[in-house]
Amino acid sequence: MLAAFILKRLLWAIPFLFAVSIVAFALIQAPPGDYLTTFAATLAASGDVVDSERLDALRTRYGLDQPFLVQYWKWISGVLQGDFGISFEWQQPVSGLIWERMGLSVCLAVSTLLFTWALAFPIGIYSAVRKYSIGDYIVSTLGFIGLATPNFLLALVLMYIGVVHFGTDVGGLFSDRYQAAPWSWGKFVDLLTHIWVPVVILGTSATASLIRIMRANLLDELNKPYVTTARAKGLSEFRLLVKYPVRLALNPFISTIGWAFPQLISGAVITAFVLSLPTAGPLLLQALLAQDMYLAGAFILLLCCLTVVGMLVSDILLALVDPRVRYR
Amino acid sequence: MATVVDPRAHAHTEVASQWRLMWWSFRRHRLAMIGLTIVILLYLIALFAEFFAPFDPQAARARDVYHPPQRIHFVDTAEDGSWRLNPWVQDYKLERDKFTLQQTYVPLEGERIRLDFLGSGEPYTLWGLFALETRLLVPEEQGRRFYLFGADRLGRDMLSRTLHGTRISMSIGLVGVLVSLLLGLTLGGISGYYGGTVDMVIQRIIEFVLSLPTIPIWLGLAAALPADWTALQRYFAITLILSLIGWTELARVVRGRFLALRTEDFVTAATLDGCSEKRLIFRHMLPSMASHIIASVTLAIPLMILAETSLSFLGLGLQQPIISWGVLLKEAQNIRSIAQAPWLFIPGVFVVVAVLALNFLGDGLRDAADPYAQSGR
Repeated sequence: MLAAFILKRLLWAIPFLFAVSIVAFALIQAPPGDYLTTFAATLAASGDVVDSERLDALRTRYGLDQPFLVQYWKWISGVLQGDFGISFEWQQPVSGLIWERMGLSVCLAVSTLLFTWALAFPIGIYSAVRKYSIGDYIVSTLGFIGLATPNFLLALVLMYIGVVHFGTDVGGLFSDRYQAAPWSWGKFVDLLTHIWVPVVILGTSATASLIRIMRANLLDELNKPYVTTARAKGLSEFRLLVKYPVRLALNPFISTIGWAFPQLISGAVITAFVLSLPTAGPLLLQALLAQDMYLAGAFILLLCCLTVVGMLVSDILLALVDPRVRYR
Repeated sequence: MATVVDPRAHAHTEVASQWRLMWWSFRRHRLAMIGLTIVILLYLIALFAEFFAPFDPQAARARDVYHPPQRIHFVDTAEDGSWRLNPWVQDYKLERDKFTLQQTYVPLEGERIRLDFLGSGEPYTLWGLFALETRLLVPEEQGRRFYLFGADRLGRDMLSRTLHGTRISMSIGLVGVLVSLLLGLTLGGISGYYGGTVDMVIQRIIEFVLSLPTIPIWLGLAAALPADWTALQRYFAITLILSLIGWTELARVVRGRFLALRTEDFVTAATLDGCSEKRLIFRHMLPSMASHIIASVTLAIPLMILAETSLSFLGLGLQQPIISWGVLLKEAQNIRSIAQAPWLFIPGVFVVVAVLALNFLGDGLRDAADPYAQSGR
């Protein structure tokens, strides 16, 4: 039964991925003029000679004179073999530029998710159990403000506090001496000392909404007769809470991967730009501003794929944890 | 013992319309009432930005670059100890350090810029129709400047700019939501009313749109806008882009309501009475879900505002000379300018307040619209 569910869900992901790739390609195509005009303009701007033979070769390679679907086919079959085209701005294959940045993006998103859970879980339980206590009010107020503050504003404020009161720059993911160094234990530790700033910034709004969901769900459960029964049987309050209602209220946590992942990845684009993190966001933005469409398209495609995978993982986890989902 | 209440005392509740009942339950929601007040205020500012702003938001003055905010005083004391009610601000002078060339503004003791309520300032045309020159607060002496929110890197008045930004930011939320509402009502309505295969297809589309990472897609679409478009074209294009993603939540609400209403007795009765489909939908079903739709619309506006702010902040949304909160915050992007002029954050405060107020208002409306709502959730 479970295997059948997972299989069905996996099959569903295929048309999704297909649709996502069409969206990404449509975005590549969207700017007026084809990208060789952009390319020629970039070359001319940097003082290079515009070689018409080379342009023609590129035109045939990407089939620019052919209809949309043919071009899409050429692009996607290249992508499936790991060839994302060339970045006009960087003058090198896109695939050489994106992987490390995508890796750091995923790393950031996953750490933020863990942070969100670690914080929202106990706080949500607390504010449901101690409904209308001072602590609950404080948490709710902070939560509302967290939801209303755009990520980049929070990033700017933290940067301001860092610079004015502590005299340090909170941007970046690595110290200067590890910037270009190959991966090592030292670099990893260095990453850990830097990553918490973007994690806190990104996690705030997701944490706030999770706390609200957790609180609402748990409040629903706490009034149910089985809780009263368990209490009447003399179960300790803590055991009673953790064993039954919390277990049921957990579902939204697992399904968060589904919506939190796209949100985190979206939000990370702007935050990473403000904090100048070496993740996918700033490069994507730069590519979009320069209309370097193959690079931008590759990022958009990969970011979209990540969210589809995130949803897939959350659905499968949900099915593992909650039998009701499996048998529906 | 409960006291016996004369049932006639309740007579007015029996004939109260649904809207009146909603208003009664809404009124009890204190946060929502505060939210409503702030939202009304913000839209008033948006409507009459020229009146509330003391200066033309584009007027630059090189002498007042990064002029710090001045505190407004209301009681004007003269040297002989007499006093009168008259708003004034302290005048500042720009001084340059001889060695470091660093600029600082120092207060000029005893120099006051006196202000007038409802005085006549720089002339303006309201909504392109009425030529006026009355502004809420102007300097008594024509040609003087004062900066309650400080000045930006070109010496433009941040107060005037923030108030003008209110117009664009608050309206882009409204216009964007109207477009989303149109899409959401149509698709959600079709999906919920007809059900079956159509419903399946539309649900999959909604799931797909929801699973897209919004900001990269917005950025991609916004970057694809032709660079030579006019400010107005860009404004509408950005609104359209925002609502292309924002309609899904509304569609889900509408679909859910349609599904729930389809089995209600009054709908069955109307069908049996031989109502046409059009009449059934527009006369019977839509009015009974109007309150829910209004609540979801209110909750969708802040998301639009946040999205516009983010896009403009990154330089892909609205652009100068249009002023929105996001465009203003773009000025506060690098660490040097914010360390030097933290008052550039003020538009950010407006964003947070507007979003909070709209959220409270929406929450209150939603609770009021739902007759089965539990209090305290």
